Amino acid sequence: MSNKHVNAVVVGAGAGGGVVAKELSEAGLSVILFERGDWVSFDAHDTDELNSQRTTVLGNACGPDDDRYRRVLVNDDGSSHIVLPSENDYNNVAACVGSGTVSYGAMAWRFMSEDFHMKTTYGNVKGSTLDDWPITYEDLEHCYEKAEWEIGVSGDASPNPFAAPRKKPYPMPPFAYNKEAMMLETSMKRMGLHPFPIPMLRNSVPYNQRPACVRRRSCCGFACPLNAKSGTHNTVIPSALSTGNCELRVHCVVSEITVNESGRPTGILYFNQEGNQQEQTADIIVISASATETPRLLLNSKSKHFPTGIGNRYDWVGRNFQGHAYTGAFGLFEEDIFDDIGPGATIAISDFSHHNTGIIGGGILANEFTRLPYLFTGIRPPGSPTWGKAHKEFQRKYFRRNVQVVGPIQEMPVFDSRVQVDPSIKDFWGIPVVRLSGHRHPKDVEGCEFLSGKAEMILKEAGASTTWQSVGGKGLSGGQHQAGTCRMGNDERISVTDRYGRIHETPNVFVADASLHVTNGGFNPALTIMAFGYWIGEYISKEWKKGNHFA
Amino acid sequence: MKNQNKLSRREFIKITALSAGTLTISAGGLSLIEGCSGPHKSGRFFLSDDEYHLIESVAEQIIPTDEWPGGKDTRIADFIDIQLAGPYRRFQQVYRKGIAAIEDTCLNKFHTIFKDLAWDVQTEFLQEMETGTLSGDNWKDGFSGKFFELLRSHSLQGFYGSPRHGGNKDFTSYKMIGLDEVQTLGQNRYGIQ
Repeated sequence: MSNKHVNAVVVGAGAGGGVVAKELSEAGLSVILFERGDWVSFDAHDTDELNSQRTTVLGNACGPDDDRYRRVLVNDDGSSHIVLPSENDYNNVAACVGSGTVSYGAMAWRFMSEDFHMKTTYGNVKGSTLDDWPITYEDLEHCYEKAEWEIGVSGDASPNPFAAPRKKPYPMPPFAYNKEAMMLETSMKRMGLHPFPIPMLRNSVPYNQRPACVRRRSCCGFACPLNAKSGTHNTVIPSALSTGNCELRVHCVVSEITVNESGRPTGILYFNQEGNQQEQTADIIVISASATETPRLLLNSKSKHFPTGIGNRYDWVGRNFQGHAYTGAFGLFEEDIFDDIGPGATIAISDFSHHNTGIIGGGILANEFTRLPYLFTGIRPPGSPTWGKAHKEFQRKYFRRNVQVVGPIQEMPVFDSRVQVDPSIKDFWGIPVVRLSGHRHPKDVEGCEFLSGKAEMILKEAGASTTWQSVGGKGLSGGQHQAGTCRMGNDERISVTDRYGRIHETPNVFVADASLHVTNGGFNPALTIMAFGYWIGEYISKEWKKGNHFA
Repeated sequence: MKNQNKLSRREFIKITALSAGTLTISAGGLSLIEGCSGPHKSGRFFLSDDEYHLIESVAEQIIPTDEWPGGKDTRIADFIDIQLAGPYRRFQQVYRKGIAAIEDTCLNKFHTIFKDLAWDVQTEFLQEMETGTLSGDNWKDGFSGKFFELLRSHSLQGFYGSPRHGGNKDFTSYKMIGLDEVQTLGQNRYGIQ
């Protein structure tokens, strides 16, 4: 059966794809948005810690499932093993309408100006492909603003002297600090730091026909029962559908980009819910499937004209796989600090995001999301019992008396940290799976040690009776903040797409997710991915209206 | 839009029901269980009687009874049994092999099965498993530490996870750390039927 030709297909209904679908359908293009998962609701999963996107031991509540999906991870000794979505090494985001934006903690960071020109700021870094982006913060600023207002952010940037300049304030006031944040604010200020409320893609007041947040502890990792958390699933995707120009096809797994005899990409092949392969032709193909699945799709799209996959002429697709090492410190207190006002993370500093002596980049530090009961079983000072009577007593004594200060460190991209497709392992549909390999750059550990040291000082200043650091930065990166695998650039020999996300060697294939990120900032990347959705959507729409159909 | 409307409507009904205090969720009843084919005649999903009792004893060591109930009374072995027929199917063979290895070693060393050992002997045995100091072919290639880690982490999940999965009976761990079980907004829902 052949499907009716459309102007654009968008593969992946997440932070990037949802925005692009909305921009294009509002501009009058006919759009089909493909999603391998389905709508998820709070009803189906509620607050089940063990089956969530936070702790996935019994499964990913927002997908994908363990039965049909797998990946391959290359071990240190060169051997490899299969990993399931519920295992950490899978490096999952989600598989549902809205993707990670349904269950994320919803921090709404803008990157800083320096994050777009890391090489100019810090110079060459041996062993890293650190580079400047082909666009600046100023180029993207209006797109950040659009994301903040259309999707909905609560915050107040004014106490943060390091924030990148903004033309418009946030549309909603910030969330009030919880008890631990009030305590940290005092000590941070005593130390001469500049604390401020974390900007959140969550409604602090009713906004866009959705209610205000009620501050549950199970937020990060879970769908919101009230729809007070703002993702693409409850903002731009419904907007796209309401134009009448956009169709959403759920349970559809895209396997390949099709190419005609002359080498022009013509659409995609996908498996529908019944498992039947279908073809969908389109003038424009937008891939927004995440920094693991986007390169997988490009690499699986081999043809006479693209013998090593689309966009891969110079072997850059899947390279520079990065994410964020989380690094920080824990503190124990001798009085109750936990007031159960969720989701916990409310205060941050950006004092250490850049210009730290001897460190390249840096990161924010924030108080952590609520440590739920099972997750807290892994939080113990080094050398503590991990089971038995003392472990149980600790759980009881310190569940309400622990504070974590933590942040994502800006990682140095490494060429050999990469996403490939596995030569033999296939998924349920017979599509070759993602094969992950590589290591972080040694500089990342230095950054992590630096930031963890600062976190521990803050906790000591706040009066913690016991503190210890948890230092990240080793092993393969990726995770929910995965990025970098189809970087944008002006030189086609050392990048995959141009500054608008268009793959250099094609007229009409775009990437619109964190794969584009040349570097990943020292911030949670969701708002930046959304901003890029606007950036790319705006470019395609403008060109389309001028008569450029990317032929 | 159709799906979106449907979703909103369901959530609306749920929230309405909750605020009226009429919706009930069963702690034990709902739990049996997504993705399982149903229990055997024994009432169990994967473990035999003997295996179940061994897991029960191990779970009690991981979470001992003190002023709060421990692993045995909070049904951690049920949690593990149920998960071994569900999301943890991939660990079935490891459990079978590991349980047999524990019993073999105990019979050889102490002439009795694990559950009948004195408390302190059990503790010491598990410490040796954890640190990999047990001798014997059963435990080579790091198997003892790996199997211990499964027993440890699965026991903690059974105790600190939601009762819907078969463990944490009566919300014991949530009560112990003073947490409302947040099935609903702003309501304490212990003891719901």
